[in-house]
Parts: sequence; C-alpha cells; structure tokens
Amino acid sequence: MTVLFLIVVVVLGLWIIGAYNRLIALKNQVVNGWKQIDVQLKRRHDLIPNLVNTVKGSMNFEKETLEAVISARNKAVNASGVKETAAAEGQLTQALGRFFALSEAYPELKSNQNVLQLQEELTGTENKIGFSRQAYNDIATTYNTVQMQFPTNLVAGLAKAVPADLWEIEDAAERNVPQVDLGFGGKPTA
Amino acid sequence: MTGTNLWDQQASNRRRSALLVAGFVLFFAWVGFGGDLAFWLATKDLPPQEYHHTIPWLGLLITGLAGGMVWFAWAKGADRVLWAAGAREVIEPRGLEEKTLVNVVEEMAISARLPKPRIWIVPDPDPNAFATGIDAAHAHIAVTEGLLHALDRDELQGVVAHEFGHIRNLDVRLMTLLAAIVGAVALISDGLGRFLRGGGRISGGSSKGSGKGGNPLALVVLVLWVITLILAPFITRLLAMAVSRKREYLADATSAELTRNPAALATALEKLDAHSAPTRAIAKGAAHLCIVDPLERRINEKEGIIGDIFASHPPISQRVTRLQGMAYMYAKKAGQQVGGPVGPGEA
Repeated sequence: MTVLFLIVVVVLGLWIIGAYNRLIALKNQVVNGWKQIDVQLKRRHDLIPNLVNTVKGSMNFEKETLEAVISARNKAVNASGVKETAAAEGQLTQALGRFFALSEAYPELKSNQNVLQLQEELTGTENKIGFSRQAYNDIATTYNTVQMQFPTNLVAGLAKAVPADLWEIEDAAERNVPQVDLGFGGKPTA
Repeated sequence: MTGTNLWDQQASNRRRSALLVAGFVLFFAWVGFGGDLAFWLATKDLPPQEYHHTIPWLGLLITGLAGGMVWFAWAKGADRVLWAAGAREVIEPRGLEEKTLVNVVEEMAISARLPKPRIWIVPDPDPNAFATGIDAAHAHIAVTEGLLHALDRDELQGVVAHEFGHIRNLDVRLMTLLAAIVGAVALISDGLGRFLRGGGRISGGSSKGSGKGGNPLALVVLVLWVITLILAPFITRLLAMAVSRKREYLADATSAELTRNPAALATALEKLDAHSAPTRAIAKGAAHLCIVDPLERRINEKEGIIGDIFASHPPISQRVTRLQGMAYMYAKKAGQQVGGPVGPGEA
C-alpha cells in the first residue's frame, strides 16, 4: 500500500516538474521572441533621425509630414508593453508610408544614394519586424494555450505564468507582410 | 507545408543521404574487392612460383579511399561547390545590391526560423541561385551577380526563400553529397577504365605465356566488374536528376509560405527563364543544386545520349502556373476582390 502511495507521489512529482519546466521554457521563448522584435524596433527608431536629416534640405515644403514621422517615432520609442508598442509602431508605419508617398515628388531624392541606402535599411527592418512578429505571436499563442489547458493550468500559478499579449494588427492592409514601398521603383506618383 | 510534412521531408532526406553514402562506399568496395576476386581467381591455379593474389590490397585501399571521400564530401562538399563556382563570400556588404541581398536573407532567416546562412555571390552575368551545406547551421546561399541585377527586391526575396526551402527540408545535405559524389564517381570510373584497358593487355600476355586458358569464373567477375564501372556514372547522374525535380516544386511552395508572395517568385522565374545564356560559373556536377537549370538544357557534347534526359528541373512554365495558382489562393484568403488568377503583371 505504501509502495503504491509512493509510486503515485513520485509520478505526480515528476509530472509537476515536467509541466513546470515546459511552462518556463515557453515563457523564456516568448521573452526571447519579444526581444527579437525589440532589436528591430530599436534599429528602426535609430534609422529615422538619419533619414529625416538626409532629406530635410530637399523636402522643405513637407515639414508637417516630417514632423509627423518624428513625433510618431518618439511615441514609439517611449511605448512599453506589447499593446502600446503595437499601436505606436502601427502609427509610425503609417506616418512613414505618407512620408515616402510624398517623397516621390522629389526626383533628387530618388537618385540620392544615402536615401536609397536608408530606404533599403528601413524596408529590411520593417520586413524583419513583420516576420519576427509572426514568430512571436506563434510562440505566445502556444504559451497561452498550454497554460490554460487542463491539467497544466494547475501548475500555471506555480510557474507564475500569465497569458502573453499578442501583437494584434488593426490595419487590414498591414495584415500581410508590411511592405515599405517608396515608389522609387518607377511606379506612378500618388 | 505542415509540420509533419516538413518532418517527413527531413527524414526522407536523411535516409536518402545515408543510402547514397552507403551505396557509394559499397560501389567502391565492389570495385576494389571485385577486382581482387577476379585477380585471385585468375592467379590461384598458376604454378607456385608465379604471383598469387591472396591479400585484397586493392579492395582495402579503394574502400578506404571511398570512406575518405565521404568524409571529404561531408566536411568540405559545400566549400568545394562554392569554390568550383568561384563564389566570394559577402561579409561586409558593398553597395546597395549586396545590402539588399543581406537584408533579404536575414528576413527569410527570421521567417523560416533558421540560423542565418553564409551569403555568397557568384561572378556570373546569368541570373541563378543555389544553396549548399550539410544542415541549417552550416548552410550557404549563393546568388549570381546577374540575379542581383535582374530581379527587384520582392523577386529576390522569393528566390532566397526558395533556397531556404531547400535548407529547411535538408535537401542541401543530399544535393551537396550528391554533387561531391557524382564528381568522384565520374573521375574514378574514368581513371579505372583506363587502368583496366592497360591491365587487360598485361593479363592477356601473361595467360598466353603460361599457356593456360584462364579461369572462366574470373572472366565472369571481370565482365560484371567492367559493367559496373561503365554504368556507375550514368546511375549517379540519373540519381541526381531524379532527386532534383520534385524538390523544386516543394521549395517553390516553401518560398510562398515564407514570403506569402508567390507571385513575386513566379515573375522571378519568368525572368530567369528569359535569360537563356547558360550559367558558366556553375559546374556540371552542381547543376541540380540551382533554382533553374544552369545548363539551359543544351545538349552536352560529351554525354550525347544522356543530354536529352538530363532534365534536372521541372519546366519553368509549370512552376510559374503553380505559383500563380497559389497567389490566387492567397489573394482569395486575404478577402480581396479577385477577378481571375493573379498574373505576373499584377505582382
């Protein structure tokens, strides 16, 4: 009888350890997934002042647009948490989109190597954010599912597991991989 | 495109790689020990003072050589493929085109959730691309200069994602080993064939000298041995093309999954097809690694018969049609208004 009891206790203990470790591993993957996005966001924030400085001289008449980009950028820098960041970054993407649409009217920008380099960097960064976001949302969904499922949810409190926020995309057009199209490829001017 | 499908693909590639290596070593063992057997049978009835072939040194030597070659193919196959193509590695990107390439590879590494492979550029004006390596942690993606000039960013992304498909499926392992082994078999078969013709004259002379008709069993073994030697390069060639064709469709599908933009790869393939000049930098043995056939289906002067069936890649029009079908499905799923299949012009 005591042997049976011991076996039950050992099996239960092993299961708790397994479930606990699985939750911790997933939690760390979620944190890491977020860090991957964060690296790219920081890169984007660093690129924008460069871009603004480069084009400032050529785009005197578009001060408002430039200011909108800068203020959206500053808001995004100060954002914290998944939801706030997602919203601020979404606005930054839109401000950049307007800026790039307007920049098409300036032929000197289209042949400026610095601008082209920055454009490429921003496109790359934006795409990386998009793909990192997918990875983050996938792992966060797995984490959330596991901690809610029975019987793992009994251990969730022990592992201090709380559901992770997903990076929701409000803009329908942004639902696909975001594309920064500056129109320098020769598309008709908006 | 599901997890199990990918897992099956990887398992199948591991199995085929192991089979290829085993077949390769066995082939060499047969070449070596079969030769020993023929030699032993031919000399065993000779008088005691004549040479008797009792130690199978030929088999031991050649099997050891094959083992060494397998090790070399595994450890250095990717390097050799890149070296043969004259590729240079992009470490610090120079200029906008290289920067774009590096960015696109990094994007696809994130999308595929694989480590970033090493990036190489082949100085060739014909657009083409290939991936090589043993696994995702030791993978290489090479594109030609022509590819960078000919494609726009989205198309380049589609091509790079296609190569990531080969890396993720572990196609690269099988294809890299195959590239190294196809080359080795052709070389050895050629060399041994020459040795054999020389050896045939010597044994003919000695049997005349001893005044005996020779052992008929030795003759049978010898004939079998020669047939294997003649057929080996053809078999490895056929193997190379058979493994490549299906894989291209799969890698195209992976590309669509990673970029979610199959239309861009469709236009990229059409552009690659339009450049009909062969990719000279890419060696014949590595043709099955490329996204489009670098030989452009020209009938090779050396393998006249095999040239016609040397189709390592499926027809591009077929691939484009499939990708356009995928583009249509994606557009439909995204809830957009679509009147018909997405054409390349709308990409």
